[in-house]
Amino acid sequence: MTTDLTRASAADLADLLSKGETSSVEVTQALLNRTDAVDGDVHAYLHVDREGALATARDIDARRQAGEQLHQLAGVPIAVKDVMATQGLPTTCGSKILEGWIPPYDATVVTRLKQAGMPILGKTNMDEFAMGSSTEHSAYGPTRNPWDLERIPGGSGGGSSAVVASFQAPLAIGTDTGGSIRQPAAVTGTVGTKPTYGGVSRYGLVALASSLDQAGPCTRTVLDAALLHEVMGGHDPLDSTSINAPVPAVVEAARRADVKGMKIGIVRELTGEGFQAGVQARFDESVQHLVDAGAEVVEVSCPSFTAALAAYYLILPSEASSNLAKFDAMRYGLRVLPEGLDDPSAEQVMAATRDAGFGDEVKRRIILGTYALSSGYYDAYYGSAQKVRRLIADDFNRAFEAADVLVSPTAPTTAFKFGDKIDDPMAMYLNDVATIPANLAGVPGMSLPSGLADEDGLPAGCQILAPAAADERLYAVGAALEQRLLASWGGPLLGRAPELSAARSTSMGA
Amino acid sequence: MTVVDTEATISYDDVLASFDPVMGLEVHVELGTNTKMFCGCATEFGAEPNTQVCPVCLGLPGALPVVNETAVESAIRIGLALNCEIAEWCRFARKNYFYPDMPKNFQTSQYDEPIAFNGFLDVELDDGTTYRVEIERAHMEEDTGKSLHVGGSTGRIHGATHSLVDYNRAGIPLIEIVTKPMLGAGERAPEVARAYVATLRDLLKALDVSDVKMEQGSMRCDVNLSLMPKGSTTLGTRTETKNVNSLRSVERAVRYEMCRHGAVLQAGGSILQETRHWHEDTGATTSGRPKSDADDYRYFPEPDLVPVAPSRETVESLRATLPEPPAQRRKRLQSDWGFSDLEMRDVLNAGLVDLIGETVDAGATPAGARKWWSGEIARRANAEGATDVASYAAERSITPAHVVELEGLVKAGRLNDSMARQAWEGVLDGEGTPTAVADARGLELVQDDGALEAAVDKVIEANADVAQKVRDGKVQAAGALIGQVMKEMKGQADAGKAREIILAKLTS
Amino acid sequence: MASTLPTCHKGQRTVGPRQGLPRIPPRLARMAELSRDDVAHLAGLARIDLSDAELDKMVGELGVILESVATVQQSPIEGVEPMSHPMPLVNVTRPDVVRPSLGAEAALAGAPEADQQRFSVPRILDED
Repeated sequence: MTTDLTRASAADLADLLSKGETSSVEVTQALLNRTDAVDGDVHAYLHVDREGALATARDIDARRQAGEQLHQLAGVPIAVKDVMATQGLPTTCGSKILEGWIPPYDATVVTRLKQAGMPILGKTNMDEFAMGSSTEHSAYGPTRNPWDLERIPGGSGGGSSAVVASFQAPLAIGTDTGGSIRQPAAVTGTVGTKPTYGGVSRYGLVALASSLDQAGPCTRTVLDAALLHEVMGGHDPLDSTSINAPVPAVVEAARRADVKGMKIGIVRELTGEGFQAGVQARFDESVQHLVDAGAEVVEVSCPSFTAALAAYYLILPSEASSNLAKFDAMRYGLRVLPEGLDDPSAEQVMAATRDAGFGDEVKRRIILGTYALSSGYYDAYYGSAQKVRRLIADDFNRAFEAADVLVSPTAPTTAFKFGDKIDDPMAMYLNDVATIPANLAGVPGMSLPSGLADEDGLPAGCQILAPAAADERLYAVGAALEQRLLASWGGPLLGRAPELSAARSTSMGA
Repeated sequence: MTVVDTEATISYDDVLASFDPVMGLEVHVELGTNTKMFCGCATEFGAEPNTQVCPVCLGLPGALPVVNETAVESAIRIGLALNCEIAEWCRFARKNYFYPDMPKNFQTSQYDEPIAFNGFLDVELDDGTTYRVEIERAHMEEDTGKSLHVGGSTGRIHGATHSLVDYNRAGIPLIEIVTKPMLGAGERAPEVARAYVATLRDLLKALDVSDVKMEQGSMRCDVNLSLMPKGSTTLGTRTETKNVNSLRSVERAVRYEMCRHGAVLQAGGSILQETRHWHEDTGATTSGRPKSDADDYRYFPEPDLVPVAPSRETVESLRATLPEPPAQRRKRLQSDWGFSDLEMRDVLNAGLVDLIGETVDAGATPAGARKWWSGEIARRANAEGATDVASYAAERSITPAHVVELEGLVKAGRLNDSMARQAWEGVLDGEGTPTAVADARGLELVQDDGALEAAVDKVIEANADVAQKVRDGKVQAAGALIGQVMKEMKGQADAGKAREIILAKLTS
Repeated sequence: MASTLPTCHKGQRTVGPRQGLPRIPPRLARMAELSRDDVAHLAGLARIDLSDAELDKMVGELGVILESVATVQQSPIEGVEPMSHPMPLVNVTRPDVVRPSLGAEAALAGAPEADQQRFSVPRILDED
């Protein structure tokens, strides 16, 4: 039997490492080799920290040799979305305005990865400041979907989904403001979780929309997501919105994979019309698998979800317009002097820099948010959106009285081609229609692969939503569904993805 | 069309003949907390530039604020001391505008949900009457960084080629206290404004929430002013004069703006709603920035901070920590100490209330405490440029116990008044305790009645004419004889005793 | 870093008087309609020096988006309490204890320009 270290799950790698059957350096090197081979095509990374990752790996190997008790995931490498501050490593958020910025501090999530002894391979590509669903809005060029290099890997966290889907890392950190973990997971055939708002610290996560942002795991299996969720999660006194409670028992739930007697709610407003036939078909099969596993299916209605997209595209730009004001060329990042002015003022330098440093989508949303918050329009726009948000939260509360979890297709379609929606912002925004309600209400959600759509052979995703602070339910349902799907496919869905140009990377005899 | 000179002024009497002033004061107070409002950086005044900064107060990408618990408690205590209601639930908001000394380009403040609102502060004026200032709100916010303007001739913003920014001050907790429009003060408006700021300063000092040093900027005042034609009830257009940073300037700025508004209105012009800058040197204001669309601050609830919802138990436990209001305390002490109004005012002006209180508590008489702390030591403190007697004394380890000891020596009959003064001077010269000084300088009343009687006899003999006057009933003439006796005794006698003996010899 | 102010559920809400800025009635006749001047004004507020071409493009795009997002007003929101935070936490504070600062060198490391241990910025037009 041969174990391909790049294809192994994080759980399996942890197992091999603890048994001494491989070393962290070996694993890390295999993944870096894989990156050398395929990332020219995929472009999942904005920055690879070869030396740093290998140094951590060597340190962990030495400590393990010395008999030190290490964290379960010690030595298992990970990629981090470029929206997380990493001390000493460039952090650009996919934007020119932060080109070359080296944070003097670590995000809390990054601190926790380091404490667990996980080598950080590099920083993954993303839509600029996490605004987008395709990575086409990255200032450094798009990431390509490993299933079809002409198609988008989802967004904003397309780099994190693609890095996992292309076997360059078993784990990645993503962030999800309106679906940026779940939608990329769906279109790349991977797993992604947006935890309960406040479940994972936002300290060091460069804010897009503070009341919506949440970091979470991007992986290839449900158990791996749970393992990473446990490392990332938990209370952080540096984040006022962090929940002061232990991380839900996600790993235990993933291992038990038990849905017997659970009520699964199908959200009427998130199925049927507008969803690609193959996506809907795979979703229906997934529901049947859950029934076969002993769950009961109920239908629930969340009428306010129809207004979620509109509320989201007011709340997000409003908060973003304020969050992104700090990028002004005064203290860090890009400084552009306006053309044709001898002695420009600070005000003029700010305006010139923000025009040159931000991409079109970012500027569009900043202007929109500025408008929604401005005197005379606040009540009509931002104020109304906050009320719709309450209605959506109320809908969730009612739905969770009838069901333990809710399910829907994650995204309406499979991966679309580059350029298909780039000039039509509203069409792009519609990608997030099923994922946005969870961010507005703060509840946790997961996407896992439901199979390939018949019409295009591309992956589709099934979304599971749970009540706030009941993240473990995602993993119980997700793992149960994953078991049955794997059995029906006869192996991982990603096994059916086309080979990338590279030859298979390092293998290890066992 | 006539062009109105918006910078002319008319006389104060002319203003009052036609208009009633309406004032509003906004006072910003830097809290004396150990750390900033939203991060753990120190707040030391005068630290090296950019040494008290972190990702949060520098506004680095990804950093998040967490509220300083002590700042919230201070805000509630200030609100309670200003007789305000304390919100059961309130939020922070973001005030969005771009400025290089503000790292996030929004100020985290409170907008329509202040922590404290609807209060009042009674202000005592010079003639003893009281003016009630209604308080609209007191809310929490953060300070900005400080810019050094380089390249201009004057260090001012205009003409500078660039600016250098230090963010040590950015994020220091501020409480902004806003009055409701103050009406009816009439000609006393400038005095009311000054008295309000002075009373507020004393109150904040008593609360021990801020060092309230206007000269260091830990207390800053903005003066809003408008005029209402006499008999009208419609408020006029107001101007906001920024950074009026001494009590005297507050008074002068109100007066100046009244005279300027009066001139504009009388000439048929209208007041432009604008901010104005106060110039201490010229005693005048100049035009700043007009209110414009750029003042659209796009407030919205701060999503990175959760609401503040102090329980009523918390509020009551903070209320229990409030000190006696300074005005009330002054009245009580004046009565306890038996000081005249004039004496009390002198003591207040000299900042001696606390020192006298401590000295009385330590066992001195109020009159003695007042006498010793306001005489020679005040003269020396003043001559040497000390800020006040208390700090001058503290620096030299001169304590209330010294005064108690000095009084004890007089009471025990060891020192007379003039010897006590000498002993006190020795203490001030650093020669040790009053007893040590008296010992070292040989200060001691002669206790030998025989010597004193002999001296009296000698003086009566030498001043027969004066002695006769006393015998004839002019008792006050004895004073001259006492002086002579004291001289004879080289000062080392008890004058009271000398008087007793003289009168016994001449009037029995 | 726990709070000593006890956590309490939002009870009857007491808020202060609304301050300052009155709610000016909309200056536009119709909601989802933005003129080129409006967009230029907003870009000024947002400190973005949009080119003429960018302005032209954005007027059209924003119009479409605004028309769509304006539908929030068609939801049954009458009397609904606005929701600013997804989780009902209150009173999260930290003790007033000094933590280490970055140090001036690290603080200034990313500065486009620095001088005299301060951030050097272009001349500032007007006092705040």
